[in-house]
Amino acid sequence: MADIVIIGDGPAGMNAAAVVHAHGHRPILITESRQAGGQGYRRPSPGLELDMPSLMGSEAGKYLALHARFEAIRSAIDYRQNTLVWNIENRTLHLLRDGVASTQSFDALILATGAMDRIAPVPGWTLPGVFTLGGAQVALKDQGCFIGRRVAFVGSSPLLALAAQQYRKLGADVVVIADTTPLLDKVAALPSLANSPRTLLRGLAYLGGAWRAGVPVLNGVTALAIEGDDHVIAITLKDSGNRDRRFACDAVALGYGLKPETQLAELAGATLVYDETFRLWLPRTDAYGRAGPGLYLAGDGAAIGGADAAEASGALAAHAALADLGFAEPGATMLGLRRRVGRLRAFQQGLARAFAWPVAQIGALADSVTLCRCENVSVGDVRRAMDQELGPVEINRVKAMTRCGMGRCQGRVCGPSLQEIVAGHAGIAGAAAGRLRVQAPVKPIALAAADAIS
Amino acid sequence: MTRSGSAEAQFIRAVPRRGASVPLTLDGQAIMATEGESVLAALLSQRGFLRRLEFGGEPRAGFCLMGACQDCWVWTETGGRLRACTTPVAAGMALSTATPALRP
Repeated sequence: MADIVIIGDGPAGMNAAAVVHAHGHRPILITESRQAGGQGYRRPSPGLELDMPSLMGSEAGKYLALHARFEAIRSAIDYRQNTLVWNIENRTLHLLRDGVASTQSFDALILATGAMDRIAPVPGWTLPGVFTLGGAQVALKDQGCFIGRRVAFVGSSPLLALAAQQYRKLGADVVVIADTTPLLDKVAALPSLANSPRTLLRGLAYLGGAWRAGVPVLNGVTALAIEGDDHVIAITLKDSGNRDRRFACDAVALGYGLKPETQLAELAGATLVYDETFRLWLPRTDAYGRAGPGLYLAGDGAAIGGADAAEASGALAAHAALADLGFAEPGATMLGLRRRVGRLRAFQQGLARAFAWPVAQIGALADSVTLCRCENVSVGDVRRAMDQELGPVEINRVKAMTRCGMGRCQGRVCGPSLQEIVAGHAGIAGAAAGRLRVQAPVKPIALAAADAIS
Repeated sequence: MTRSGSAEAQFIRAVPRRGASVPLTLDGQAIMATEGESVLAALLSQRGFLRRLEFGGEPRAGFCLMGACQDCWVWTETGGRLRACTTPVAAGMALSTATPALRP
């Protein structure tokens, strides 16, 4: 029997497992998490009295259906939770669970590794009380906690309004929803969003709700500083009318859209290509999710598309894998899924324009701002290294000289901003700055664990 | 600039949690958590930070909360480390905000 391994148990991985199971096979589903559902559809941790369907609002039906489908197959698949995949080499997965290392081979590998928030630095962003926007939602869904009593939602993302709505619903004080993309740019992107009116209307409804509740909703802002000594006390912004605004708060949720977790895809041999719309390096796949021999990518880890696209692309990748292994005939289901995934991801291209990555604002950051929070490297440290005689203009050389991107997160947080700082300071295109290369282990592990295998 | 780290809780409980009490220690002080809580939520519900940065000692409280940024690793009294956002509390955990090498 062939080993079909799926990594990640968000909507893409859950659906991939369901399709493989429905074809009479027993997939191996490996995940670091303890609760299925990924970040967006995550189940609350045990004992939490959280009414998830109420919190999920219009998405409650999908959330419940996905988890019901998964519960029905859960005991029939090889489901390995709390298990880190820290390397992929010679078609072998290197795993770590509770300090115990092991390996797993595969005939087909479906990566559904999801995404994290893309972050642009702002003075004061390393203060306790500043969290990612996704983190603000995880705190609520996974732990039933607000990240603070009075929360500012700042960045550029349709998820700012969604998270703020979830916080308000449960009683938090939302002090401002501030988006760096100007309103005019959002209006200009409307035609490309019109083919998914439901998502658009939902976003507008959240914003309308906040506005009616008296929450300031600002577009076209520049984040000036997060103030505080050892914790957040306020955020200051320049609004679209060039006025300085100050909002007292004790927490900030920061997010500029999502960034795929591509580390395992890269180690497995996927090719990464610079995408000019997202200004990110994204793995190349065909329309079915194939990224190499026996390698399939699905969900936000392949291309940002949201939960609906993740569900569909997970099923699609599983169908493609089964067809390639000769276990199923490619049929109408596969074609339908392919069209659906294409349509949903095209919508995200429009969203990336309406909620743009603030390239100019990042380029204008002061030298004193922290860029790499792991290794405490400032924007100025990077610029000064580049200014030396024969100074580097390639991102991996900048990393080697400054340690920016070399810390424990492996550039997950600083990478996209470092890309812009390097490109901006060298006066070259984003792609020309190069790409931060990934290295195993993709997350920190004890040396003893690596020794146990090698 | 004190940079001492805030004693005030950063996290605010939004919905109740059922579960047994789980005793832990942090820097030698006894604290109570609830079964099912992450180490991060347990600590930030009682104080304003998790650890001090190895470079300069500024307080940190985690960032991504989903196991990606690795900002929330805390030390154990026995010299081990754990990622606070993805580790559930367990009875008898002895945690430390200081890096072993920096301890008095």
